[in-house]
Amino acid sequence: MELLVFGKTGWGDELFYATLMTIAVSVTAMLIGFFFALIFTPLKLSKYKLFNLIGNFYTTVIRGVPELLVIYLFFFGGSGAIMYVASIFGYYEYIEINAFITGSIAIGIISGAYSTEVFRGAIQSIDKGQFEAAKVLGINKFTQFYKIILPQMLRMAIPNLSNVWQITLKDTSLISVTGLVEIMRQSYIAAGSTRDPLLFYSFAAVLYLMLTYLSMKIINRLETKYSRGY
Amino acid sequence: MDFDLMFSSLPKLLGASVVTLKLLSVSLFFGLIVGFLFAILRINKNIFINKFAYGYSYLFRGTPLLVQIFIIYFGLGQIEYLRSTFLWVILKEPYWCAIIAFTLNTGAYTSEILRSAFQTIKPGMIEAGKSLGIPNKIIFYKIQIPIAIRQSLPAYGNEIILMMKGTSLASTVTLMDLTGVAKYIISTTFKPIEVFIVAGGIYLFMTFIIYNVIKFLEKKYSFNT
Repeated sequence: MELLVFGKTGWGDELFYATLMTIAVSVTAMLIGFFFALIFTPLKLSKYKLFNLIGNFYTTVIRGVPELLVIYLFFFGGSGAIMYVASIFGYYEYIEINAFITGSIAIGIISGAYSTEVFRGAIQSIDKGQFEAAKVLGINKFTQFYKIILPQMLRMAIPNLSNVWQITLKDTSLISVTGLVEIMRQSYIAAGSTRDPLLFYSFAAVLYLMLTYLSMKIINRLETKYSRGY
Repeated sequence: MDFDLMFSSLPKLLGASVVTLKLLSVSLFFGLIVGFLFAILRINKNIFINKFAYGYSYLFRGTPLLVQIFIIYFGLGQIEYLRSTFLWVILKEPYWCAIIAFTLNTGAYTSEILRSAFQTIKPGMIEAGKSLGIPNKIIFYKIQIPIAIRQSLPAYGNEIILMMKGTSLASTVTLMDLTGVAKYIISTTFKPIEVFIVAGGIYLFMTFIIYNVIKFLEKKYSFNT
């Protein structure tokens, strides 16, 4: 137990910061995922076959390939790709990208594929009449989406988005392979230097359980907020 | 694009996908048994049994699979007592540690899928069976289980695909499965995109097969035929 105290003798403070790092990566990845969902959901719902194809390609490939493989692609390929782009502009020095950025983008792309599916399902579940009524009333497209579709969509989407959040949170543990010091990596370091893997990995499990429990509590509150009137 | 590398790595990756499939099928087999057992415990009326089964599924669904593998592979070996028992024969092998972790993980998800399937069975069906004088045991085997299997097929198909992706974590405990070999080739050749296309293609192909088998089963066991 004295291994878990804060300060120089224990790993408490290190693990605390690692937990914050996990939260930071998860939130960043989730936001990046929303950004991707924002691009790919309209593509999937588009009238044009080509756009559908691009949207389906993204969600199928990402959801059908292991997360770890995607992370390796970004970890090994990320700096290479950037250096290639930089070489076009005449910059030939070695560029190393931050593990936080690579990891967030990799997890973000994965999380985005799941978010896209959630948003697509939520929009499709809205009654057609809602779109038509808005059109008849002469409401412009922006207000229609923002004031009529989005609130109804969120009610449908929040329970599923909560699943996406849980998946994203757990997927961040995989970034530890790239060396980013989050919960898993910190536990690995601590376990290695104290030779007490059981304690540290169990503690990591407890930390993850705490995070999933807390986020469930917060999401439940959001759910009640958006299902007012139902 | 290095097509030579793609061709030369294909046989290696295909060989490694056998390991992936082995891990997947063994852990799904045991996972189904574990999941079924805990699903029955979950619908038990005794609150302690019920809470115990809930705790199991909460624990394994709330933590990343990577943590579970590491606890079993690195953590359990630390307990002196375990080293002296016959369990050590199993626990010192990364292969069996991965199988245990995958089994417990997929078992937790499967128990939830089966539980919700059991709970969506309309009480009328069980009552109809009872009023026909069918014994409880036969109602369970001949009415509840077939309906539950049908109900849980789509969700279980997703779980199989998730588990297939989960087996990639076996590469973190030194097993050379598809992802492990892919990582090895990437780190020796520094050609991530080519290897990703081949390895990802194999994974997608497996996903495609699983997806279609489940779809076929769904059609076969659907109610309205």
